[in-house]
Amino acid sequence: MKTTYREAMRAAIRDAIQRDERVFLMGEDVGAYGGCFAVSLGLFEEFGPERIRDTPLSEAGFVGAGIGAALGGMRPIVEIMTVNFSLLALDQLVNNAATLLHMSGGQFNVPLVIRMTTGAGRQLGAQHSHSLEGWYAHIPGLRILTPATLEDARGMLWTALEDPDPVLIFEHGTLYNVAGELADDAGPVDISTAAVRRAGQDISLITYGGTLPAVLDAAARLAAEGIDAEVLDLRVLRPLDDAAILGSVAKTHRAVVVDEGWRSGSISAELSARITENSFFDLDAPVGRVCSAEAPLPYAKHLELAALPTVERIVAAAREAVGARG
Amino acid sequence: MTGTAARGTGKADSDHARHLLHQMLRVRRLEEQCVELYSAAKIRGFLHVYIGEEAVAAGVMSTLAPDDAVVATYREHGHALLRGVPAGAILAEMYGYVEGCCRGRGGSMHLFDAATRFFGGNAIVAGGLPLAVGLALADKMSGRSRVTVCFFGEGAVAEGAFHESLNLAALWQLPVLFCCENNLYAMGTALARSESQTDIALKAAGYEIASWSADGMDVLAVEEAARRAVDAVRAGGGPHFLELRTYRFRAHSMFDPERYRDKKEVSRWMERDPIDTLRTALEATGQLSGKDWKAIQREVEDEVKAAVEFAEAGTPEPLEDLTRFVYSERGAE
Repeated sequence: MKTTYREAMRAAIRDAIQRDERVFLMGEDVGAYGGCFAVSLGLFEEFGPERIRDTPLSEAGFVGAGIGAALGGMRPIVEIMTVNFSLLALDQLVNNAATLLHMSGGQFNVPLVIRMTTGAGRQLGAQHSHSLEGWYAHIPGLRILTPATLEDARGMLWTALEDPDPVLIFEHGTLYNVAGELADDAGPVDISTAAVRRAGQDISLITYGGTLPAVLDAAARLAAEGIDAEVLDLRVLRPLDDAAILGSVAKTHRAVVVDEGWRSGSISAELSARITENSFFDLDAPVGRVCSAEAPLPYAKHLELAALPTVERIVAAAREAVGARG
Repeated sequence: MTGTAARGTGKADSDHARHLLHQMLRVRRLEEQCVELYSAAKIRGFLHVYIGEEAVAAGVMSTLAPDDAVVATYREHGHALLRGVPAGAILAEMYGYVEGCCRGRGGSMHLFDAATRFFGGNAIVAGGLPLAVGLALADKMSGRSRVTVCFFGEGAVAEGAFHESLNLAALWQLPVLFCCENNLYAMGTALARSESQTDIALKAAGYEIASWSADGMDVLAVEEAARRAVDAVRAGGGPHFLELRTYRFRAHSMFDPERYRDKKEVSRWMERDPIDTLRTALEATGQLSGKDWKAIQREVEDEVKAAVEFAEAGTPEPLEDLTRFVYSERGAE
């Protein structure tokens, strides 16, 4: 069937609410408004205000309440409007959700799913555009998902809800309108492995989430130049699928990491370090990185574009790694 | 508000009053033992004792049912003990042993116990309030008539999470009882130096939450206030709020030189020691004999001694288990 990323996500929420009476969605404007990005549009009318629960603008309050409800036997889906707003709930996420199981010696797990929008590209400025999923991937106790395809938008949520521990799902804002074909019987997918989106022999382009489309475009451009790039979609930023990452590098001997987060202290730094630590002798070139400019995201379109990983920059980094061709 | 002076002297009342005295003494002696063990370097980390505030936990806990939930702070040894966590498991936790109620992963500030629905032990001031709101939300959505009780100090009132939680609880009419243990100091900062409005119950009332204060040095007054509130919450009356006016006799932690308060102020409050107050009142009305008091003391001594022996005999968790319980062990479910 023809669908969009947004519709696939909505179908996943609807499906989860129908499957399990413990599941409910809560967040700012998820109900009467229909969701800031219209993901939950129509669900309020379909399921009512108890299970599509509008909250006040109280990120710490409702994220903490999600943790408490999970402890109390529910399976909450908490929507945070954007990753920047999630910082208001950082205490609850890091000091409670991620720690309770360990601090309690294994007694209290937190089966909570949190969804939030991430990323730039929509001229929303520095308080609505950042990519902080790499920060969250730093935290033991959390599982970090970055669905980049229709299949993952449709399939990751249910598996995340079945996970006994907190799962954060980062939905890149530029993906919501991506349209395509999704199998009629599309359903739950795994939330532990990376996926090869394009097999290749010459270089591994490693990415996730919102930059996957640009990386696939770059791979197509590179193919026209005779460079056969493999595109690895991480899908899960914590725990990282080391076997897939290192396996790809063992095959291609070259890697470029593409990450919309900043370069310094980032998930791209972690990937580069793991490849260097584990696959140093497989490498024929230094690990390359394409990240966002080290500045708060600007509003002006030309500046924002210049700050972000683009197809051109990805192609250039790949060329450099393969050997200054072109 | 009635309290110690106005209670009945029937047998059931007397038995119950003696029970509360016993409960407060259990907390007092366990805390004194903790201080001793800290000084002997058996316990490390931060240690915050509840000496002086025992009437609050004793009065509130006695009104709860087994399947109610409790969320507490980092000064929670007494709450854990009176909720039913064995003293031995509490001490073993502070020793850092696997026999501790959290296998030694939590320590003094993070006691948890699934069996008694004791959800910590939260060391972020006001960090437990949103959890309590969520536990109550789960009960309400599931149609259960449980109550969640959340303890926090008056210092929490300045945090955003306090206000967000009270608003959510009132907005959704959740079955939660907020218990503010107002001991007048947020660590070393006096209430009047941190709050523009020092009437805390009034703040809760601003969220349309039924709220009142009680004498936190009088266990019978605390119990009566808590029973009224818990009954109302359980009956579907929405969230309630109690401000329990109490005082911490000891330093904030083992590292506190107490520069911020006058020794005379401390001694004035110590004249209102909740244990002495109840004991004296019961003796004066013939409800507590010298023999009764000795028996209570002996029972508490035995309990604490056994707890120390239990903790001393504890074992450290194997190092290879360090990263267990970061994620759930699904195979073991």
